[in-house]
Parts: sequence; structure tokens; C-alpha cells
Amino acid sequence: MESIESIMRYDKEKLSSPIKTVEDKWRLLPAFLKTKGLVKQHIDSFNYFINVEIKKIMKANDKILSDADPNFYLKYLNIYVGMPNVQESLGIAQSISPHECRLRDITYSAPITVDIEFVRGKQPYIKKNVEIGRMPIMLRSSNCVLTGKTAAEMAQLNECPMDPGGYFIVRGTEKVILIQEQLSKNRMIVDKDSKGNIECSVTSSTHERKSKTYVTTKKGNFYLKHNIFSEDIPICIAFKALDIASDQDIMQLVGNEEETFDAMSPCLAECHRAQVFTPLQALEYIYSKIRQRMYGTKKSKADEARDVLKNVILAHVTVVDWNFRQKAVYLALMVRRIILTQAGKIKLDDSDYYGNKRLELAGQLLALLFEDLFKLYNLDLKKVADKNIPKVRVTEFDITKFMRTDPITNGLANAIATGNWTIKRFKMDRGGVTQVLSRLSYISALGMMTRINSQFEKTRKVSGPRSLQPSQWGLLCPSDTPEGEGCGLVKNLALMTHITVDVEETPVARIAISLGVEDIENLSRDRINKYYTVFLNGNILGMILHYERFVTVFRRLRRAGYINAFVSIFPNHSHKCVYIASDGGRVCRPYIIVSNRKPLVTKHHIEDLCREFRCFEDFLHEGLVEYLDVNEENDCMIALYESQITEETTHLEIEPFTILGVCAGLIPYPHHNQSPRNTYQCAMGKQAMGTIGYNQRNRIDTLLYFLAYPQAPLIKSKTIELINFDKLPAGQNATVAVMSYSGYDIEDALVLNKASLDRGFGRCLVYKKQTCAVKRYANQTYDRVMGPKVERDTYKPIWRHQALDLDGIAAPGMKIENRQVMVNKEMPTVTSTSLQPQMGQVKQTEYKETPISYKGSEPSFVERVLITSNQEESFLIKMLLRQVRRPEVGDKFSSRHGQKGVCGLIVPQEDMPFSDLGICPDIIMNPHGYPSRMTVGKLIELLGSKAGVLEGKFHYGTAFKGDKVVDLSETLIEKGFNYLGKDFVTSGVTGEPLAAYIYFGPIYYQKLKHMVVDKMHARAKGPRAVLTRQPTEGRSREGGLRLGEMERDCLIGYGASMLLLERLMISSDEFEVDVCGQCGLIGYSGWCQYCKSSKDVSTLKMPYACKLLFQELQSMNIVPRLSLKRYNEI
Amino acid sequence: MNSLEELRTRVNLTEYTVDNVNSTCFPGTYAGYDDFWSQEKFEETFHIDIVSLSENEMEFDMVGVDAAIANAVRRILLAEVPTMAIEAVHVWNNTSIIQDEVLAHRLGLIPIKADPRLFEYRPADSEESSSEDTLQFKLKVKCTRNNITSDATDPDILYKNHKVYTKDMEWVPLPGQEHLRSKQIRPVHEDILITTMRPGHELDLELFCVKGLGKDHAKFSPVATASYRLLPEIHLIREFYDDQAEKLQKCFSPGVIELEESEDGRQVARVANPRLDTCSRNVFRHDDLKDGVKLQKVRDHFIFSVESTGILPADVLVSESIKVLIGKCQRFLQELDDVTKTKKKGKKT
Repeated sequence: MESIESIMRYDKEKLSSPIKTVEDKWRLLPAFLKTKGLVKQHIDSFNYFINVEIKKIMKANDKILSDADPNFYLKYLNIYVGMPNVQESLGIAQSISPHECRLRDITYSAPITVDIEFVRGKQPYIKKNVEIGRMPIMLRSSNCVLTGKTAAEMAQLNECPMDPGGYFIVRGTEKVILIQEQLSKNRMIVDKDSKGNIECSVTSSTHERKSKTYVTTKKGNFYLKHNIFSEDIPICIAFKALDIASDQDIMQLVGNEEETFDAMSPCLAECHRAQVFTPLQALEYIYSKIRQRMYGTKKSKADEARDVLKNVILAHVTVVDWNFRQKAVYLALMVRRIILTQAGKIKLDDSDYYGNKRLELAGQLLALLFEDLFKLYNLDLKKVADKNIPKVRVTEFDITKFMRTDPITNGLANAIATGNWTIKRFKMDRGGVTQVLSRLSYISALGMMTRINSQFEKTRKVSGPRSLQPSQWGLLCPSDTPEGEGCGLVKNLALMTHITVDVEETPVARIAISLGVEDIENLSRDRINKYYTVFLNGNILGMILHYERFVTVFRRLRRAGYINAFVSIFPNHSHKCVYIASDGGRVCRPYIIVSNRKPLVTKHHIEDLCREFRCFEDFLHEGLVEYLDVNEENDCMIALYESQITEETTHLEIEPFTILGVCAGLIPYPHHNQSPRNTYQCAMGKQAMGTIGYNQRNRIDTLLYFLAYPQAPLIKSKTIELINFDKLPAGQNATVAVMSYSGYDIEDALVLNKASLDRGFGRCLVYKKQTCAVKRYANQTYDRVMGPKVERDTYKPIWRHQALDLDGIAAPGMKIENRQVMVNKEMPTVTSTSLQPQMGQVKQTEYKETPISYKGSEPSFVERVLITSNQEESFLIKMLLRQVRRPEVGDKFSSRHGQKGVCGLIVPQEDMPFSDLGICPDIIMNPHGYPSRMTVGKLIELLGSKAGVLEGKFHYGTAFKGDKVVDLSETLIEKGFNYLGKDFVTSGVTGEPLAAYIYFGPIYYQKLKHMVVDKMHARAKGPRAVLTRQPTEGRSREGGLRLGEMERDCLIGYGASMLLLERLMISSDEFEVDVCGQCGLIGYSGWCQYCKSSKDVSTLKMPYACKLLFQELQSMNIVPRLSLKRYNEI
Repeated sequence: MNSLEELRTRVNLTEYTVDNVNSTCFPGTYAGYDDFWSQEKFEETFHIDIVSLSENEMEFDMVGVDAAIANAVRRILLAEVPTMAIEAVHVWNNTSIIQDEVLAHRLGLIPIKADPRLFEYRPADSEESSSEDTLQFKLKVKCTRNNITSDATDPDILYKNHKVYTKDMEWVPLPGQEHLRSKQIRPVHEDILITTMRPGHELDLELFCVKGLGKDHAKFSPVATASYRLLPEIHLIREFYDDQAEKLQKCFSPGVIELEESEDGRQVARVANPRLDTCSRNVFRHDDLKDGVKLQKVRDHFIFSVESTGILPADVLVSESIKVLIGKCQRFLQELDDVTKTKKKGKKT
């Protein structure tokens, strides 16, 4: 995905540089990113969905039968997702590129086709390639037109080769399905409830159902708790209902230690007290506690209870032939966990522990949604069949005629467009799942792709889920999280994190069984203490005696490639369990395997990698590198550096800096900074403007910010190169003098050099979009675009139409000022009713002017006009407006260390201090910014940049490594500079030397999107709201600045009554009313309608809002009366 | 040198601070010194030595003058010597990738080889450009495909005119500017890349140059930079021998410290040419050396370096700047005269 030149250059570098020890093991990282890409998680997940999961969904719902005709059936044979195309008029499908979708506001989607077998008349037919809907296609997924394309081919399609993909284009907007973090399903979690009782809970999740089952303790007894029961079920009754009839059997299942006997005996007693002895009695007892019963079934009470136990309670534990044994064992284990926890033998589970978390990605979310829509679709087809088959028609009932495409198409597109994920069968209704891909800068788009959203409520003030968990090491970026309410809940993936997709369970189970896992049925309870229970994805698989051997052999098989690389296995000694996980959504990352104190990856492996004889996959296949998930990491000893390898070490970290994410990877020397500063920079890097992609000039987005002269940072990091930030930069290397200058640099304000601004520093371009749809209406009328109006005498266009071309649309290159027209559109006055053409006279359609005019104090220029069409509108006019802005006082800048500041003063070059070489700074920064912030990384960046400039090369500021200060100082000395980076500087104002040496050198500065012109607002007089006659609110409506409650309180406290009166009434909504002194009601023009007299009416002033209140009260049958007194009579 | 003399004439560079930065030689500050200004004394002490002079660069020493005067020359060079630069661009066609405004900004920064002394400032209220105040250029380039069948990928071979340079700018004499033909009006450098284009892209621009000052916009500044530094002085308080001498030598720029053979056959350090020192003060890094060295700068010895953009030779720029300074002084004197005159008038009436 790199340009040819860069690969060539890269290769030369690779080939010429000698390879040292395994120092160069970081080269595995670009190899990893090359095969997987930066947003591999999203793409993998989506690929799995459209290639594998969708077929499984189809198989699970493959038959439609009708109640009306027993012979009728429709069977899905296969399902495919095609390549993205667009249906133009005439029904011709044409292949489409993502960029065309963006420009034309269409959805980048591919048809979902099925092969079906169905009955028409009496005959079965097979029909292939029946379209049932359209699937939005993720960019760069297996079905996207961009996959496998070279940079040149991408350019042909107007696509940036650096763009990561992984998002959707729905109706022209780019949408990301954020990664959703959840507690893992089908796992036991022992935790304390709100009352401090220990409980064990399992969230079961199957294709049909999601439910949460608890085993709780109450007064020393155990109960089974579930939403479907109106009351908690004593645990022994539950056991009995599960066909464990005798008390002895129950005890055998739970355990035969002393403490289990003690804990269980009250439960057994309770069961007796409830007069439940047999399974049948237990089932009846349970039946009586079921909250909502199924209607219409003619089952016995016991059968119904059995149904609930089978399908609802612990739904993920499968019941075959009504054999509840598995479920009973599982339930017993839950009880046992609680007992052991109470006894202090095992610890409470930590729900914040990252091994207990699963990440839901686009593929999984879409699968849920698609299955729901598909079921609904089949249900609709069934209803159609039920309704139509009994009817006698000439033509036979053909179900394919009723297979419409819109329900699935719109269902998917709407969900992605709005972010509302409604899944009926799980009663799930989640909002904000998708977000518009932020295209402010390349980094903001990349940062969005790695974002993880937590399901936790943002408003809750809990610290647990927000704090950094040690188990997140290496998987989630420790720096990149927002401040405020989302802090710690919104996270970002680290550079090497991979998220697993589902792996088929059966082969794993088969291997486990052939490795000696014994079926739980065949074991006698007394031997069980020596055994370890083996779990596969939360289900009990069996027991194993020699677990160590089992685990090592299992891992060897995995390294040899017999088991999928993403299946993890790890023993838990306190639980006496071995857990195998093959489910999707686990986070994992690759490590180098170490055996006998030697990393398996050696020098010649890396050599091969550099020569491209090997790729990352080869390392994986050869068992040199393996993926570890959070849980398996706990069973390993991972050395950070080669020097730290000891006897016990099992793995070696590939590169320490990969614990950081994409955004934190931009920061030079982040390990020298105070931690929150890195967090701030992560947030600010997303607001920096610069470049957003090689196709940026072809885009027409609502808002785009570009820098006129972006520069690659002088201090790079490995991450910067890996994510191509040096090719799509967002910032400029400014020469900074750290000193005080004037008084306009307090509170982090920066002093800028005017000459630098003249020469293009910080100059940016702001693009805004303006759209206009030319519609056709139901009554055969349509909007029209008219040419400019001309003045009668001069035949020149009127001022408002000056920018218009002859076609009535503003011409490219034209300047547009406030209130000038961009599209001179006219709309028919009547659009709804059909025009009845009167006989004899042809009625001309009347039009009213609905021009699109420009709003904004600063004029813009028309960059480009696009006239196109999409499915909904007949014509679509998009216009790109451009502004070029030069930095001014109040614009916001920031370095890469969370040090933001606004421009406080612009100083002419001759007033700027200069060094002996005659160098003037571009920016003067106040040194007070350093001590409290402790951003030592910024100091080193300056030193490194200065050395780099003098040597003519880029230095590295990679986290945990990077070029050393000593070396940088050495370069400075060599080039005749002070080793501390401080220069002798002369004042430009007096011409005399400054009394201190000045820390002087380049620092990479970002221009942030907040600019004064967009925010500046003042008002003397202006518009008022219609209802209250008070000044309008907000800058966009030219509103007033509100004197709020607290400000009012101050004035009251001060006693400034006249000022209050002036602010709150006279300057706001003063209104003269005539009030009748007799009845106290409001009259009009000196007359009281209530008293029918004008005798006692006086005029007074009050706020219009007050008068409005009185009248509104009157309308509610409440009469407010004013009692008037002369001021001299009080 | 006695300490008072040092205080008066030297800037002291210590490890962490710069001492005696301000000039204090005002009449009456020091007993025994006559600091009143006199023409004779000034003529005696003041001198300018031109160290090097090439077409665009110049280094000269200005000695015996207050920082204010030297700084004034520097400031005028940067901001108040006029030049011609492109101020207005009429875009008839621009289908290239670069935006009109950015293109105009780039064009503005191109130095134009035209003697500003031949032109007038354009009156602020004038609508029409006249031959006295405006130079017009034309830039009309169209990029086309080169008919080459080879599978070359180099854009230089594939396309014609895909790089627009300053040499493509063509001077269009306005009526009455024929006499300027001999002056060869053109951009200073002919190989400044203005923009790159691809086949089908076209530029058709009219460029208008006017006379302006650097304080209005940096594009009018006649210098790349103009600055000065003070003459460094290095005093070795004690002798440095052998290893120490070598170490000392490395602490300064090459050529500053020389090693000599002393009588007893040891290498001894000697200050050879302090002018070459960049004042990096790296001696202070070594505890064993820093006690024996004193770094100073001569307060009234300014080593000027003027780097012209190429519009006018550097030496002309300096004399121009001095003319501007003289003009400013004259205007100031005139103002003073006016004030005294009006005061007198006021007294009479």
C-alpha cells in the first residue's frame, strides 16, 4: 500500500543497512502492519461476516413453511454478497467506486443474492441469484473494489492509498461502526452484589436468546435467580428439577469437602421445608414461579417448566434429548465457586479485568442485525404465503414475486446511517453505535478507527471501569482517552492489537478430547479432586488429569499450525480449570517465542524479512511468533528486552513502543512527558489540520481543513513512519525561542513572527460544502434553476446574482459575499395536488424563488461545482467553497506535547530577537509553560530538531528508545552550537544582547481547527425572537450575550438596581402595557375591556415576557391581577 | 583592561547569564569619562571595514557606534528599503491543482529583478496602474502530453510544461516602459518552482508588481536576512597545556584556539582568531577549563552580515538603508524645527 518510490527507497535502505543482532526485531512490526493493515480488526471481522457468518445465519433460518399449504416450502440453498454496484435507471447495474459514492451521496453497497428452492403450484423449482437486499460494503474488505489494488490503480479510482478503509459509505457519508466493549458472554463471574452478598452470574448468549442467570446467597442459602422467575428458586429445588433427585447426588456434584457440606446443608433443609422431593414436584414449584407463561400451548406444567429450564436458564449449555445433566453440572459448579469464594479459597472475579472483556466489531454487530432482518424478512414471506395461497388466482402463487429488496437494504443502511441498533429478538436497542468518520486530519480518521466504546453509562461516577487496568498492557493505548465524561470508558487500541474472530469449536474440542480430556459422566466424584475441569468457550468439555502436559501439547499443536493461531489455552490453578477460548472479540497481540533462553527469531530470520523472502505469516506458521490473548499472557513470562530473558521466560516482546496507539505514537519522547500531557496531545492531534489523504482535493465534504504548506516533523518516531504520518503530515516545524516577550504571552499565549506568516506559516484553507437538490414533484412539476437577473439599464447582473454563471449556478473561481446567491433555484408554488389542466387554457406553473445564498461575514471563493444525480433526487448540485486564512491573534496552536496556546501577538520581524547567525524565531513561547507541565519531551524535541536541522537528517523520538540527548548535544557541539541548545540572542527592539541565553530551535507545531473568525461574536442591536421579543440566542443567529442568573445575582448583591432594570428590561424586551387600576387586568390603548371604562387605566412598562406570562396564565383560567399604587402613596 | 573600562565596552558571557548587556556610556554616568557626543571623537573612532563582498552577500564591521544605530540599519534593511514585488494577480484561467490564493501568495514571494529606485509608490487611491508605479508580467503555461511511446514513468519525459518555473514569467512592458528594456526586468532566479501541473492543466495569469516596504509584507523585504553579531573576545586567564589545551581547542570553533610549542616543549593554547568563535560557550561544560577562560564581546563592534535576495547588490542595500536612515533623521529634525517654530509663533501672538 505504499507508493512505488517509497518501497524502492525503503528497500535500498533495508538492503544496504547491516543487520545487527535481533535489535532489528522491530522490523516485524511493519511486516505485521503490511499484512494486516492498520484497521485489520474491522476488515477481518467484516470479511468473516460476509464470507462465513452470513452463510451460517442462512443455514439456521433456511426454511419457510406456510400454515396454509403443507406442501409449500421455500428453502435457501446458498447466499452470496456480491461486488459493490449501483442500479442506474433502466436497471443496469454498474460497478461503482467508493469515491463516486461519496460525491453522489449513494450507499456503497453490494447485492445479497440467494439460491432458492421453492414450490410453485405443485412443482419444486430452483432459482439462482435472487436478490434479497443490499449490504453496505466496508472499504478494503474482501468485496470492496479497492482490495488488492496498487497505488496507481487506487489513484485511478480517486482513492488515497494511505486511507485505512474499514468504514462504510452510507448515503454519501462515511460511517464507522465503533468497536464495542462488553463483558464476555457465557463465562461465570463471581462478584458481590449491591448488598455485599456473593453471587455468581452468567450471561448466556446463543443465536436465539440472551439471558443472565444468577446464583445468589441469601441468609446462607443459595438461590437460582433469573428475570423469568418472579421469585428466587432455592438451589436444591433447581437441582431436583434438573433430574438430580437425591440429596447425595446434589452433594456429589457440588463437591464433597467439609465446607461444601456445611454450606449446602441449609439449602437441602429448605428444599425439604418446601415439600419438594421429586423432580416433578420441583418442576411444578418452578412453574408456579414463572413470571410470564407462554400462551396457547397445551403443555403440562412440568413440561413448561422443563422448556424454561432448557431454553432460558443457562441457555448456552446445550440440552440434548432432555438430558439436563450438563446443566446440573454447570449449575453445581456455580454454587461451588460461591462456596469456595466464601471460604476464601478463590478470589472474586474482576469484571474490569480485560480477559473478561470481548470487543464487538462491525462484523458481529452486522451479523446480529442481519439475522434479525433476515428472520423478519422470512416471517413476512411466510405471512404473504399464508395470505395468498388460499386465494384462487389465474396464475399460480409465485413467492419470488414477493421477494422485495428494500426491507433488508433499508434496515442495514438505516442502522448504519443513524447508529441505532435495534435487535428485536434480544430486545436490544443501542444508540450511537456508528459515528461519522472524522476527516479533520489523517490522524483523526485513523484514531477513530481504533476507538473502543464501552457499554458503561458515561454519567456514572465509578472509577473501576475508567481506570487503567494492568491487563490492558500492550493491548490498549494507556494515553489515548478523552477527558471528561468519557474518560477511561472510550479507549483506543494499541498498535499491534489484534481482535479475534470466531473459530470453529468442534475441531478444537476433538483435539482436546484426543489429548485425554475425559467426559465428565465417566468420572467418579471421589477422584475428581485431582482433575482439572476443561472449559471450551465457557462450556464444560470434560476433565483432565495431567493438565500441564495437556496445555503444553495443545500449545505445540497450535504453533505447528494444527490448531488456529487465535485459540488460546490457559490453566487457572485456583479454579482448577483449563480454559480454552476460540470465540471472537478477544484482544491479543503477537510475541516472539523464547525457548531455552533464546528467542526463536534470529538474525537471519530478520534478514530474510528485509529481503522479503519471508512475511509475517511465515513467522507465525513456523512457530517463531505467536498470538497471546490477555488470559494466556497470565500463564507466560514475557521479557521486555532480550537482556531480561531468564530461565522462566517464555516470550519476548517485539517492540515496547507498540503499547502505545496511533495517536500517542506521534508524540516524540512520550516517555519523558508527564502522563496527562500525552493524553492531551492524543485529543489535540485529532484537531490539527494538515493533510487528510492524497485524494483530499477531490473530496467535497461539509467541512475540510488543509494546511497550505504542511511539513513532516523533524523528530519522527517509528510509529509515524508506520502509519505514514510523514507523508500526510499535520503541522509545521517552527523555530521557537523559549523566552518572555511583551506581555502578550501570558497564559500560554504565543507570539508569532509576522514575516513568517507572510511567508506562509500556519496558512490554512477551509473548505465548506453547499448542496442543493433540484427535485421533481408528484404533480409533474419540478424545481428549476434560473439565470442571473440583470439590471434594466446596464444589463449587468444585480449584486446578489453577481457570482452566478449563465446557468444560474455560481461559477468556479468567483468570490461570494454574504447574502449573495449561489444557486438561483425556483420552486413551483403548488407541489402536492396534481394540476388539473383546464380545457382551453394551459395554466402556467407558478414559481417562487428559493435561492441558496451564502451566509458568513468572510467572503468565500467557489472552488468547484458538481452537478450529479442519485437515486432519490433527480439532480444534485454540490458546491465547494474555499477560504484561505492566515493566522491571526486568537488562533490556536499546539506542539505535540499537550501544550496548546493561542496567538497573543504578531510581531514584525525586525522586532523579533535574533541569534548570532541572524535566525529569527517563528514563535516565541513563554517559559512558564514548562515547570508545571513537566513536558521534558518537548525540550528534547527542540534539541533533536536543532541537531537534525544542522545535520540535515531526521532524528527519532520513538517511545522508550529514540535518539539520546547526549548524542544530540554532541552534534550541537560539533556544529558550533551550545550543548544545552541555548543561544546568544540579541533583542530586535534595542539591538543589545539579551541578558540570558535563549533555548532556541525548531519544534513541530500543529495548527488546531479552532480559529477566531469562526467564533468571534458581538452584538449591539439585532434580531429578536418572535415569541418573547427578547434578543435571539447564539452566534449563528447574531444573538445577544446573556446576562445570566449568576450575573444577575451579582448585580442584586451589589444593589445596582438601575443597571438591572436596564439590562433585564430596557435593553431586552421592554413593552408598554395599559393596566386597569380597578380590575388589575391588561387593557389596550387606554381602555379596559373588563371594566368597560378608561377611568383608571395607566400605562406602565414591563418585560414583554412578563406580559406574555400573564396572558398565558389567563388562557389557563388563572387570572393574574396587577395592583397599582401611586409611587407617592406607598 | 581595568574593570570600569570593561564595564563600559564589553559584554560578559558567563556560564548561565550574559552580563553588562546594556550600554551605559551616557554623559555623567562615569566619573572621569567624557561621554558627550562630539563629531571629532566619532569620526576618530567610527569606521566601517568591508570584510567580504560578493554579489548577494556582504560582511562588514561597523565599529564605534551605539547599538541603537547599528540596530536601526539592520531594521531598515529588513523592513524599510523598498523593492518591487507582485502585489496583484489577475487569474484568467487556473485549472491547476493549486488554489488561486495560494498561487498568488507564492507568486508574491518571488523576488523580481527590477531596480525599485526607478519606480514610484503606487498612490493608495489610484485605480489604474501607470508605467511609473507598475510592472506587468504574464504567465501563460499549458501542460500537455508528450508523444512518447516508451513506457517511461518519469513525468519529465511524459509531459511538457508540467513544472512551471519563474522563467516562464514574461515581462509585458506597459506603454511608456520601453526604456526599461535594457534593464532586463525579470525574476531574480529563473528556476523557482511555482507549481506542477498535469496534462490539461493551464495557467493564464497577469501579474502586477508594485513598489512596497518590508514592514507591509515580507515579500518586499530586500534581504534574505540582515543581522549582526558582536565581535567575540576570548581571554585565557591561565595557561593551558597539552591535553587541556587540546580539550580547550575543541570547545571552540575551528581556528579560534591555536596550539603552540612553549619553551619547555609542551603544547600551549593561545587565542588565534576569536572572530571565528560562534559563542557556543562549550568550555563551561568542563569544570577543569571553565575557571581559566573569560568570554566577552565587544559592545560597539558589530559584525554585520547582509544577504540580499538578489534584487539589489548587498552593498547598494546597505547604502540605501543608510539613505533611508538619513531621510528619517532629516524628517525628524524638520519636525523638531516645525515644533519650535510654531511655539515661537504662539509666543508672539
